[in-house]
Amino acid sequence: MSDHNYVPSSKLGKWFNDRLPLLTLSAHLREYPTPKNLNYWWTFGGILTFCLIAQIVTGIVLGMHYVAHADLAFDSVEHIMRDVNYGWLIRYVHANGASMFFLAVYIHIFRSLYYGSYKSPREVIWILGMIIYVLMMATAFMGYVLPWGQMSFWGATVITNLFSAIPLIGESITNWLWGGYAVDNPTLTRFFSLHYLFPFLILGLVILHIWALHVPGNNNPIGIDLKKPSKDTVPFHPYIVIKDIFALLLFLIVFAFFVFYSPNILGHSDNYIEANPMVTPAHIVPEWYLLPFYAILRSVPDKLLGVVAMFASIFILVILPWLDTSKVRSAIFRPLFRQFYWILVLDVLILGYMGAMPAEGTYLLIARIATAYYFIHFLIILPVLSSKEKTLPIPLSITEPILGGAPKPEMVKKDKLH
Amino acid sequence: MSEEKKPKRRDFLFTASYALGAVGVGAAVWPLVDQMNPDQSVKALASTEVDVSSLEPGKSITVLWRGKPVFIRRRTQEEIAEARSVDLKDLPHPEKDEDRAKNPEWLVMLGVCTHLGCVPLGDKGEYNGWFCPCHGSHYDTSGRIRKGPAPTNLEIPKYEFVNTNIIKIG
Repeated sequence: MSDHNYVPSSKLGKWFNDRLPLLTLSAHLREYPTPKNLNYWWTFGGILTFCLIAQIVTGIVLGMHYVAHADLAFDSVEHIMRDVNYGWLIRYVHANGASMFFLAVYIHIFRSLYYGSYKSPREVIWILGMIIYVLMMATAFMGYVLPWGQMSFWGATVITNLFSAIPLIGESITNWLWGGYAVDNPTLTRFFSLHYLFPFLILGLVILHIWALHVPGNNNPIGIDLKKPSKDTVPFHPYIVIKDIFALLLFLIVFAFFVFYSPNILGHSDNYIEANPMVTPAHIVPEWYLLPFYAILRSVPDKLLGVVAMFASIFILVILPWLDTSKVRSAIFRPLFRQFYWILVLDVLILGYMGAMPAEGTYLLIARIATAYYFIHFLIILPVLSSKEKTLPIPLSITEPILGGAPKPEMVKKDKLH
Repeated sequence: MSEEKKPKRRDFLFTASYALGAVGVGAAVWPLVDQMNPDQSVKALASTEVDVSSLEPGKSITVLWRGKPVFIRRRTQEEIAEARSVDLKDLPHPEKDEDRAKNPEWLVMLGVCTHLGCVPLGDKGEYNGWFCPCHGSHYDTSGRIRKGPAPTNLEIPKYEFVNTNIIKIG
């Protein structure tokens, strides 16, 4: 954080600020110098904050009407839909809100991948983000179990059985997770408890994520270090605030389309059948945002190795800052990286599609190739590119390519001078 | 500081305090972990008795035991013959049919796919036994895994014939 000599104008404000410097914090947030060239891909941090708050608010309201019991949960959700005032709206916002949350987080992650935002000195921001992402997946999974429909029940069964792949202690762990010998009422009640807790853990991590961001400041589309504040920066308020709000409004149009015009298109119709431990639905499909990982799980023919590959595909992102060591951050100045980036995007989309298809024949073959490529991208292509790629010259400041002029040595690190 | 660091009385006290503290924290955390394990009421439902007198050869019933489906199948002579003629070398998880079905006519096993816990469908699959629709595991007429991602055969629970008509599972 930059130094602050903020002094509140009122006597009361000064009295309070001397005791708890909240006004200093607020001044920091307003003045926070932001690169002036941030594009709309940088508005998703604000959108994600909105998504988290929206999920917490609608979730607390739903918790007032939902009953976490295997015999009552399904009916209580229908009660919310039919009897509770605006219950249908609140539930549809919450259910589609989860999808919108993941849509935004994937754009946010892929923006970081494109512009190298995970690189030094922002590794901790990136790792905190990955922890948030994993917690989001756990929260969304447990939330999907709560309506106690067929997909809830069998999704819970399949995902908790992943832990039975662990040698020796696998069965004890699954019984511990279930509180029994199968997914049943004890599983439902603990999932409800944790589903209520995790969003607040995420909120705490989001605060750390933003705090860690404010130490080095934002990355930017050309990925260079900036002197702050300078001609290359603008204060967060009002410039970024108003841009974030505009982007949020556009995002809400998409959100509202799903909520009001196709509230069930992202769900699965089998979840409107009450959970039945005797019958498994013909095709078990997770929610769309987990499909790429599901495809990786199924593409490995061995149970334990499949689970290992799935978890590895997430963990590999955590160590990304040490796999891609190129000094140049932005893909704009990395012609080869840029091409491989788009191949990776395509690869993940293919994995997502294969995750929704039955695991057989050509689908399985394509899923296996896509899984292999995913790991090759991170473990081979990125490290090789880091040392071999010939990058383009990077500008010395945001304004330099437009205004020209001599480089200002004090504005850049020594190793950036060509 | 002296060049040679000798453990002093104070070091001993620190180490002993940390160790005792760790034991205390562990003792306090254990009930919070163990409460998630199957509770007494769940364990109390450990056995179920099933009347199978009306079951014809070639038919199966599914009963719920400990929240899990249990398949009880009265096998036909062809099914028994098929299960017993398989070479153990062809099995990913070699088990004799004689060991799985003590009374060859009756096959009692958990209807839980050993891959990720789905319920396999009866009279399906490439081996005339069971087929799991989730990830494509094929089981034979003895409930043994023959093809697909499941690592082991369908599990045989503890059961006994109370009399000729009643099976007690658990």
